[in-house]
Amino acid sequence: MNRDVAVAGEFGRFFRFLFQEMKPRGPWLTPFNIISIPIILAGVVIVCFRFVYGLGSVTNLTQETPWGFWLGFDVVTGIALAGGAYVITFVVYVMKVDKYHSIVRVTVLNGLLAYIFYGGALLFDIGRPWQAYNPYIGNSFGFSSVMFLICWHFMLYMIAEFIEFSPVITEWLGWEKTRKFLKKLTLATVIMGITLSMLHQSGLGGLFLMAKPKIHPLWWSEFLPILFFVSSIYAGLAMIIFEGTISHRIFKNLIPASSHHSFNDMIFGLAKGAAITMFVYYFFKALLFIHDKQWEMLDDGWGYWFLLEVIGFVLVPALMFAFGFRNRSLNIIKIASVMALLGIVLNRLNVSIITFNWYADVHYYPSWQEIMVTLMIICTEIWIFRWIVTRMPVFSSDHPD
Amino acid sequence: MDRRGFLKTTLVAGTAALAGEPLCAQEQRNPEEFVGILVDTTRCIGCRACEVACGEEHDMLVPDVLNDGALEKPRKTSDKQWMVVNKHETEIGDVFVKRQCMHCYQAACATACPTEAMNQTMKGPVIWDGNKCIGCRYCMTSCPFEMPKFEYNEWNPKIQKCTMCFDRLEAGQKPACVKACPTDTLIFGTRVKNLEIARHRIYSHPDEYVHQIYGEHEVGGTGYIYLSAVPFDQIGFRTDLGTTPYPEYTKEFLYAVPMVLFGLPAFLLGLNALVGNNEPGVEKEIEFDIDNEGDE
Repeated sequence: MNRDVAVAGEFGRFFRFLFQEMKPRGPWLTPFNIISIPIILAGVVIVCFRFVYGLGSVTNLTQETPWGFWLGFDVVTGIALAGGAYVITFVVYVMKVDKYHSIVRVTVLNGLLAYIFYGGALLFDIGRPWQAYNPYIGNSFGFSSVMFLICWHFMLYMIAEFIEFSPVITEWLGWEKTRKFLKKLTLATVIMGITLSMLHQSGLGGLFLMAKPKIHPLWWSEFLPILFFVSSIYAGLAMIIFEGTISHRIFKNLIPASSHHSFNDMIFGLAKGAAITMFVYYFFKALLFIHDKQWEMLDDGWGYWFLLEVIGFVLVPALMFAFGFRNRSLNIIKIASVMALLGIVLNRLNVSIITFNWYADVHYYPSWQEIMVTLMIICTEIWIFRWIVTRMPVFSSDHPD
Repeated sequence: MDRRGFLKTTLVAGTAALAGEPLCAQEQRNPEEFVGILVDTTRCIGCRACEVACGEEHDMLVPDVLNDGALEKPRKTSDKQWMVVNKHETEIGDVFVKRQCMHCYQAACATACPTEAMNQTMKGPVIWDGNKCIGCRYCMTSCPFEMPKFEYNEWNPKIQKCTMCFDRLEAGQKPACVKACPTDTLIFGTRVKNLEIARHRIYSHPDEYVHQIYGEHEVGGTGYIYLSAVPFDQIGFRTDLGTTPYPEYTKEFLYAVPMVLFGLPAFLLGLNALVGNNEPGVEKEIEFDIDNEGDE
């Protein structure tokens, strides 16, 4: 009897704590809130329309262009930009480089949220989301399908990321025993996460292998999976620099002063890593280009577009990373990271949307509703991110170990 | 069972589970039984009786053939119509061509489907199962002929495409379009036999046909095969699709999956052990002097 009361009291405390944490903190009328709240509301209305009247009522998708902005940007691009989590966990937990330890938590959180929201965006995009459990159960395993692989890996990776992040949640809740147990799982989940990342980052490229006759030959390659994987490495690194720079400005008071210094120091290491990966990627691109003897294709609009992407947004930022690293220039590195990210966006959109059906007279472009829903997803993600970092020990941990 | 036997069984079972059915399925299928339809476009008069029959058979749009003027410009199949007949102006005058799902021998759509909702039946026709489909539209992206169509304006959308009247075939009947054709443009039978008929026609009337059977080699062979009097690019066919079966394009990638799935963790665990035991989480003194860090 006494035990029951104790348990009930424990639960009561727990829910009171949760309820307390749910309450908003800080001023309500910030510029971000004023912009994001209407966007989120509009997005919700559009999503309702989509579920009542079908995808055609809010998107510009056609029979010839079955994948649009929601898949090409939210999923294919968003996941590439979330590559930082597996790169950093590899460096810190497998290679045991302590230098980057202080950014592991925020990077893993970013990765986890990106997968939940951008991977979750698939649920708006697929026609029958209420059957989305089908690839996971029953006798309908499409083993030969790259999409099947991606479905599974998204789910498994989310679990892995969640376990990697869970010590932070237990610290927040004060569950010391659970934390000890979860901490032991870290290396195993990190290795699982890296493996899954390598496969589904490349798998996103693999999705377009069978679309060979529809994608412009400058972008289609039988090595799309490898290209997608390699570029996801520097996409992740550039994203850490970009996101970290913004976080260090906005959440200044949450981050201990020592971390500000060490973050600047980390940026140089990340920039060097990004420069090297980008050169490898550029070299691979050039090799494929020369091997396929595509010189004559350069002399039209598509060719110039290709050169803009590969030289303007891969080679140039790679050189800038290298230059910024040598000359200790944070600003050049930060500009380079933005350019590298734009290069990734450009590349993923080129493969999935822009050069898809490049020969067609009428070309797909996203409707305002598709863009609004995408903005809704991004805004919601930022809200959740903000909620978590202002409550849980993400930027700094006062835990003894 | 001795140890070797056990290892063997485990290995084989494991490989089969990973490689999955598709690799085996193709071996089980008997090409002799693979059915299809031969379309001799030189015989088609553009009456569109097949379109009407198809619409009636499957409760789809039944076109008003006499009045809708649909032949004026080339159409594509849609989520309302599984097949269309198009008129093409060529060097020898108007040529009518029936278009629908080609029922590839190794179908890209069926390979693409994550839930096997798009299913390649043992006898050839590729059919769709609504209970399994999640609506990802990967089949549409992958199909070189752009044949699966999606109901964009339904809350519970279906994928619409020709099934070669699979239910009728099961009942021992011919597809509705073949039955409706008044000019014997369409011949239903095994693919092997249809190819023989097609070759025979080219051989006996060498001046009336181009010496190519569209679908014999294209994308690894299709259930529907076509004869024509003019080059196929003049009657709306893509001639740049190649002869590689489309599943081959992703096969190599999928082959690498088990290697990474088991090889990489082994490598990473080994690497982690080699790196030593300076456990992460044990905070070291962090140096703030930027000049000394970063370029080791």
